[in-house]
Amino acid sequence: MHTSTKLPAIAVRDLTCQFFTKRAQTTALTDVSLDIQPGEFISIVGPSGCGKSTLLKIIAGLVRPTAGSVELLGARVEGPQRDVGFAFQRSALLEWRGVRRNILLQAEIRGMDRAQAERRADYLIEMTGLRGFEDALPHELSGGMQQRAALCRALLHEPPVLLMDEPFGALDALTRETMNVELNRIWRETGVTVVLVTHSIAEAVYLGTRIEVMSPRPGRIVRTLPVDLPRERAYGPTLATDVFHGLAAEIRDLLGASSAHD
Amino acid sequence: MSPSSPQQTGFPAEGPAHTPDSAHTPQRDGAAPESPGAGPVGRRLPVRPDAAARLARVAEASWRPALLLGVLLFVWWLVAWQELVESYLVPSPGDVLDVLADQRSELMSHTWVTTYETLIGFVLAAGIGVGTAVLIVYSKTLERAIYPVILFAQVIPKIAIAPILVVWFGFGMTPKIVLAVLIAFFPVVVSSVAGLRSINPELLELSATMGASTWQTFVKFRLPGALPHVMAGLKVAVTLAVVGAVVGEFVGAQEGLGYVLLASSGNLDAPLLFADLLLMSAIGIVLFVVIELAESLLIPWHASRRDGMALTTT
Repeated sequence: MHTSTKLPAIAVRDLTCQFFTKRAQTTALTDVSLDIQPGEFISIVGPSGCGKSTLLKIIAGLVRPTAGSVELLGARVEGPQRDVGFAFQRSALLEWRGVRRNILLQAEIRGMDRAQAERRADYLIEMTGLRGFEDALPHELSGGMQQRAALCRALLHEPPVLLMDEPFGALDALTRETMNVELNRIWRETGVTVVLVTHSIAEAVYLGTRIEVMSPRPGRIVRTLPVDLPRERAYGPTLATDVFHGLAAEIRDLLGASSAHD
Repeated sequence: MSPSSPQQTGFPAEGPAHTPDSAHTPQRDGAAPESPGAGPVGRRLPVRPDAAARLARVAEASWRPALLLGVLLFVWWLVAWQELVESYLVPSPGDVLDVLADQRSELMSHTWVTTYETLIGFVLAAGIGVGTAVLIVYSKTLERAIYPVILFAQVIPKIAIAPILVVWFGFGMTPKIVLAVLIAFFPVVVSSVAGLRSINPELLELSATMGASTWQTFVKFRLPGALPHVMAGLKVAVTLAVVGAVVGEFVGAQEGLGYVLLASSGNLDAPLLFADLLLMSAIGIVLFVVIELAESLLIPWHASRRDGMALTTT
């Protein structure tokens, strides 16, 4: 992890992002600035198409912003970043590899020490409850298990920063809650800095130490809400707290005020 | 939930949208319902079929075509036996079998010649085809340069250029191999390009965040994902390669099944002609089956290759 604790893990400065198509120019993001400290868990919520996924991809260096800059761990982002773990909306597993080999893909590409990577993979498999499914192909798994495998892969190289793009959006409500609880535990145990893009208000509040609420396109941050809850959060009791209800209501208001159908 | 009892809700697995994966999964879940209480060890993975089950499946798959073939053979035999058609036009199955037995060694050597030309042509077509597809996918400039030429080469009737090939390359095997390559090449290129382009964009982003080199991205992501398409193209190509070799032999040859066919039709030797046709088809079928086997070894993970799947959709 990072030695200089004062340095933000991620610093986003005056980000603007426009897409040009044949017919039109779309502004996905405008004037977005963010400072994320190491170990924080940032939830980004906003209506569909507000550019939250774009923001995540700019941080990862997958999309180039039109204006503004991003610093990741003190270095300016100019291209795809290797220091992040990225979890995609769909699990993005390789269909032809079993769970373990999918997770170890990360090690193969990065040229990590094989034995060490395998130990780490086994640890993550154990932690996410995938034991017994090491050789199962993605199509043999439920959606939740696929996402767990993808999460293991994103964590294999012990990235200081984990970027998650609606990773649980396609899961049923129950699986989603389970994954939220697991993610909270993984975050506490690894100390990783997490940026989570989500549609779910409950997910955003339950997991986040801070919530950034975005406006409809062109996306900008309309409100920053600190979450005054302990890092260790039991699911049911947390959802019953006044803090949770207050924040959820506030976010709902903000989103409702800015968009009729979200 | 604790890791000892993971979430088992068997919701349709959400696979990449371009695969038929998600369409099949609900059936799968229906066939083998998961018990929500069971731990990871309790849920069994689909069992790989043993030898007996495999045999049963082969039998199940083959009795219908076998029956149809039997009926056709019977009709053929009936027509010949009743002499409904002159025997120099349609020989009896017995006569054909006699020819196959009597001229076994000679026919085998001709079969070998045609097989050899076909195989060399096919392997070259596969190599050149996949290579060309890679160039097309990785370079816009090359795509613009190569694609029109390939299309042009494809629309020229290959049979029409066979005589030129004989003039250029003589009466040996070369013109036959060249013709086989020319005919078999196109489907390999088209299907390989489709396969290499079909990669899920998220996988490319994933490889970027992993810091994968272009070569790693190709070998670990693009190529394996393209294999189902490539194999489909190869199956078409291998049967076309037989056609190419035989057509090449029509135009000018001293050996091979195409040569035998011309000679036997000139002599009105119907039994030999029919025997020759059977051997040609046999080459195509055997090579096709070989590719199918290779496919089941290379892409056992693909939807088209999964055991016991898609029973209601085929």
